[in-house]
Amino acid sequence: MDEASAWEPRPVAPDAVDGVIRTRALTKRYRGGQLAVDGLDLTVPAGSVFGFLGPNGSGKTTTIRMLMGLIEPTSGTAHVLGHPVPRAARTVLPHIGALIEGPALYGFLTGRDNLLRYDAADPTADPRTRSTRVAAALERVGLTAAAGKKAKAYSLGMKQRLGLAAALLQPRRLLVLDEPTNGLDPQGMREIRSLVRELASDGTTVFVSSHLLDEIEQVCTHAAVMAHGRLVTQGPVADLAAGARGQLVVTTPDPGEAARVLKEQGVGDVVVTGDRVTGEPPERDLADVNAALVAAGVRVRGFGVERASLEDAFVALTGEGFDVAG
Amino acid sequence: MSRAETAAPAAGPACPSRTPHRLWTFGLLRSELATTFRRWRTLALLGVLAAVPVLVGVAVRIETRDGSSVAGGGEGPAFIAQITNNGLFLVFTALAATLPFFLPMAVGVVAGDAIAGEANAGTLRYLLVAPAGRTRLLLTKYATAVAFCLAATLVVALSALVVGALLFPLGDLTTISGTQIGFAEGLWRALLIALVVAASLVGIAALGLFVSTLTNSGIAAMATTVGLLISVQIVDQIPQLHAVQPYLFSHYWLSFADLMREPVYWDGLLKNLQLQALYAAVFGSAAWARFTAKDITV
Repeated sequence: MDEASAWEPRPVAPDAVDGVIRTRALTKRYRGGQLAVDGLDLTVPAGSVFGFLGPNGSGKTTTIRMLMGLIEPTSGTAHVLGHPVPRAARTVLPHIGALIEGPALYGFLTGRDNLLRYDAADPTADPRTRSTRVAAALERVGLTAAAGKKAKAYSLGMKQRLGLAAALLQPRRLLVLDEPTNGLDPQGMREIRSLVRELASDGTTVFVSSHLLDEIEQVCTHAAVMAHGRLVTQGPVADLAAGARGQLVVTTPDPGEAARVLKEQGVGDVVVTGDRVTGEPPERDLADVNAALVAAGVRVRGFGVERASLEDAFVALTGEGFDVAG
Repeated sequence: MSRAETAAPAAGPACPSRTPHRLWTFGLLRSELATTFRRWRTLALLGVLAAVPVLVGVAVRIETRDGSSVAGGGEGPAFIAQITNNGLFLVFTALAATLPFFLPMAVGVVAGDAIAGEANAGTLRYLLVAPAGRTRLLLTKYATAVAFCLAATLVVALSALVVGALLFPLGDLTTISGTQIGFAEGLWRALLIALVVAASLVGIAALGLFVSTLTNSGIAAMATTVGLLISVQIVDQIPQLHAVQPYLFSHYWLSFADLMREPVYWDGLLKNLQLQALYAAVFGSAAWARFTAKDITV
């Protein structure tokens, strides 16, 4: 079978319309009665880098497990790559690379043997190309040098990389990465981000879950936010961040006087921190506000509006901090 | 019923299917066998089993150094008194000595760990999203456990054969019925007995696999399986419980000795094999029902 010809002409039709992932009223109540996911309507557009956000315990991993056919939804439906899951899980899963709740490895096997084992578990994986594909996946995550070491000797970051390599054993149409940068140092995080960008530019849809908002903001085109098992919002990242207003920031050696003038000019919630004065920008033209500061003799070093982050958007939507566990 | 196994509709236009070659499915079995037999724990179990015939052989050798026969006549495992005449009997003695506990314990450890151990390590979820398929994975696990039954039995038999050949004379042997058979025929019977002993273990392998689907702790599954083994052995010894004894998987285990009769006495042997098949069917189905409907939350 020719791997490339089998899926290179990327079909657009159903995914583009319905989304690579589409859930309707997806609900999971665990046997203990705990409602982990509550009526989730999620749509992940084809070709997007989709950030799936929420504090720890907000139902992200439960959702991912349902999408991967590992657990059965209590009610509702989920379609992945146009097929219903978990019913058609075996049809769609070969097209999906997944990293779920951290890597899991056979400690007594070498990194390479771990990948060989996971590849052998996929009935669609051609054993004739197995060692080549394993070597390529190791190369891609920078583990070639450590491939012969036993996995139990790996650091957390190396394990994470090996888990990623397992997700990249075959060309995939969808990558599901649950907290992919856990345990990685800043350098490793940068590498993951550039890997995600590279995969996305090849046309792979990437679904990344994280409780770290700023990490997501740098790579994602779309995002959804979960809290307490419910979907708070979803859409293109630019739209989400635009929902929360930016912040006016004035840097000045005369903060007291600046604060007084800003209040006069209609700036709300003025806060002074050292030489920084921040507040909610007024409706009027900011050029006039600046002119007023200068007219009042305030020496201005910096004046501008800081773009709202996803975290601001999240706080604006839920009225609570992002680190709260559900 | 099974979410992962129900036949998927033909791949729609959204999913250009990679059609697997039918034989590729055995790649998982090969990987499973390699993974199991490369475990340090598996090798340690086989090492212990290989040591039993050495212990028995050396003990018999030391005790009979002055030319006396093994004391106690009817005491000890079957055939022990005959070892000094013919080293081949060490094979039968070693199998009789390990079958009640060492062999099934080793099988219980391997079978009990099969699913629960993978769940415990988290590797189960990656095998399932690969996707290994739940039925396929379970069948592979059972096939591997059965392969271990055979490997463990052969390790005992071969170790006993080597030790027996080194410490004692070899030659024609006398059957339980008193007839003489040649050494080649004796070897053939020894192999047959090893196969029957291996088959005697497929029941507890199925039981261990079922227990393994109930928990996410490999240790708990192993301990439960070995605990069940001990309980069954005790119940089998209590005369007042004779009504249930024919249904205990260990009840006909020692019937393998009937292969050393002339002619072979098949009654107990067949009952044993039927009982093992029954256990494999019942607990295999239970394991399948449980595993294919289970939420994998680890």
